[in-house]
Amino acid sequence: MSLEEGEICALLGENGSGKSTLVKMMYGLVKPDEGQMIFQSRSYSPSNPNEARSAGIAMVFQHFSLFDALTVAENIALGMVDPPPFNKLSREIEEKGKTYGLSLNPDSMVGTLSAGERQRVEIIRCLLQNPKILIMDEPTSVLTPQEADILFEALRNLAAEGTTILYISHKLEEIKALCSRATILRAGKVVATCNPEEKSARQLAEMMVGTSIVTPKRAETQGNRDGRPLFRVEDIEKEASSNFGTSLREVSFEVWKGEVLGIGGIAGNGQDELMEVLSGEVLPKGGTIMLNGHDLARLNPNERRKRGLLFAPEQRVGHSAAGEMSLTENAYLTAADRKELSRAGIINWSRTAEFSRRIINQFDVRTPGTDNFAQSLSGGNLQKFVIGREILQNPELLIVNQPTWGVDAAAAASIRQKLIDLADSGAAVVVISQDIDELLEISDYISVLSGGYLSKARPVQELNREDIGLMMGASRESLQEAVA
Amino acid sequence: MDFAAINPLIFFSTMVAASIPVLLAALGELVVEKSGVLNLGVEGMMIIGAVCGFIAIYNSGSPFFGVLASIVAGGLLALVFGILTQVLHSNQVATGLALTLFGLGLSALIGQPFAGIKPPTFPKPDFGFLGDMPVLGQLFFKYDYLVYAAFLLVIVVSYVLNRTRAGLILRSIGENHDAAHALGYNVVRVRLAAIVFGGGCAGLGGGYLAMIRVPQWTEGMTAGVGWIALALVVFASWRPYRVILGAFLFGGVTLLQLNLQAVGIKINPAYLSMAPYIITIVALVVISGSSNRLSNLAPGSLGRLFHKTM
Repeated sequence: MSLEEGEICALLGENGSGKSTLVKMMYGLVKPDEGQMIFQSRSYSPSNPNEARSAGIAMVFQHFSLFDALTVAENIALGMVDPPPFNKLSREIEEKGKTYGLSLNPDSMVGTLSAGERQRVEIIRCLLQNPKILIMDEPTSVLTPQEADILFEALRNLAAEGTTILYISHKLEEIKALCSRATILRAGKVVATCNPEEKSARQLAEMMVGTSIVTPKRAETQGNRDGRPLFRVEDIEKEASSNFGTSLREVSFEVWKGEVLGIGGIAGNGQDELMEVLSGEVLPKGGTIMLNGHDLARLNPNERRKRGLLFAPEQRVGHSAAGEMSLTENAYLTAADRKELSRAGIINWSRTAEFSRRIINQFDVRTPGTDNFAQSLSGGNLQKFVIGREILQNPELLIVNQPTWGVDAAAAASIRQKLIDLADSGAAVVVISQDIDELLEISDYISVLSGGYLSKARPVQELNREDIGLMMGASRESLQEAVA
Repeated sequence: MDFAAINPLIFFSTMVAASIPVLLAALGELVVEKSGVLNLGVEGMMIIGAVCGFIAIYNSGSPFFGVLASIVAGGLLALVFGILTQVLHSNQVATGLALTLFGLGLSALIGQPFAGIKPPTFPKPDFGFLGDMPVLGQLFFKYDYLVYAAFLLVIVVSYVLNRTRAGLILRSIGENHDAAHALGYNVVRVRLAAIVFGGGCAGLGGGYLAMIRVPQWTEGMTAGVGWIALALVVFASWRPYRVILGAFLFGGVTLLQLNLQAVGIKINPAYLSMAPYIITIVALVVISGSSNRLSNLAPGSLGRLFHKTM
């Protein structure tokens, strides 16, 4: 593949197609076994990121490589080859920020910043090196559409000044809007190069996967809001669970049988706290959580599971699943009671293995067997396993946090379809997600969590991307106005 | 009972001297923990430093060689820990505990012939007329060289950690080793350096105990000071200057119980001997209870194994 000066080029591919490995080689984190790179007519083989940075290649990482307990200026200094003294650096940060519309306070702690601001830190850190090539790995996965627009504007300015940008993303609409060329990787090979403006998002996705993708479909009969709600949450309050979290304030919502309620919002606005309270990991300070007319607010997660409230938290390894335990053992962990996998404290392993085989078959989990460690599965496959484990327990209500975060397009589509099927079969589903397209695709009603406040649910037909984006970035006052 | 027998001036100056071993050890461990490593072997490194320092000063008669031997012995033992945990990826807690047990055993073995002997006296700087000043002279100018060196070291460590690039890199590695690695910093090398520095400090702390404070070699003479040093790092919430405060608290209470026994308080002396340890635990509970931010002050990667994945 090649890159030209001043162009914005996209690198597309599913998870595990080799995108990250490729850019890590360019950035000196991984050494290629074979082949060579030529940069400005000279052979280029960086042995570490410092060499790559001196040569003029900078990278913004998918998972932020920032230090929460350090200030913006300190974080930026760490990513520079030869940083100036701090007062000079602070001035430069402010100047660069103004030039590209990415303003930052150099003295604030990174842990207190929003995702959008954190990303600015990473970008400014790169820009201060005056890079010739800027690599961006999934930069918008945590941004509101409005924040993403600011980012695109800055990137276009940079490209106009002659900086080459290599842009990695799952979001095909973005790539169509931003990039003039796209290189597509599948299973470690370049399979195509095209102009993304001339292709539809579906065509691009199919080139990535190599097969056609089916968009999740809702059944004609959608849940109607007659009678009593299945699940009712009233005035939940909870303090932030970490320094960098958000306290929940008077959160209330209702879910009826057969519907999918989407809860949108940028991570860090109370999602983790809401999930903890709903699952019973942490008891709320006040308020009620009613399922089928029973109050669950004081019950622990296992008691809630027995009553039909199941959940799949965001963090797959370490929260939804124990990484160093087999899939069978993981299947037992949440399904023990509902699937009667043990008697008098003795685990029935053959039944448990049978159950985990059923999950693997019905949910197309790609793994050599039920004895493999959970952490050996790719993100998408483990997520299919986790969701499958909960769905096969026939929940009355399933709560999922970020169901398709970091999952490739094909697996994401199949997970969404399964969630919709679950709702169609009469159960209720609550999906907490920051992916607006996902919410629009599968939800019947959408609420937005912002600063610990939850907006009133509105039918999905009344909403579009921009509305939700605005609600996600909204302050408490404007949210309440929107409610009123 | 006669509290008047406790002279506050002498009490203060003895307290300062009494706090030096725990101060040095805690300062070293603080740097190690700032780099994200938990080394529970402080006690072992201290006692090895104590016995080696004692043997060196006794055989050579030179305080310089005594100090050097303490530092090198502690540093070498720490290097063993560093190679085991950083290169061979052994568990930090288990390895640290093993280091303590190993240090206690080895020091007892090599220290056997030296038990109960008096070492040469350790020199003190002469401040001339400053030392003759009433009160102030007694308070500030009557110590041996190592006391001044220890306080200077606190200032240097604080400056390096907070004001220099080297310190920033060390803190970043302790905060998030994956991110630091992604930025191209050598996590293992920086941690090894921090571990060896921590070992040297602990060794010197032990050496101070055997060469100056007691001064003689007794088996197991560190008597849990290494563990107190570990607690002090948390007590100080990973800030170098607060380590001084914690060391004074521990040194002060240790001394007070000796003084109280001397003036004949009618309590079983066993209770008094427990007091410094109990007070350290109470102080820890109070500060961790009063602010739920304690866990947020700790370095983010503390005690976590680092595997290069990329």
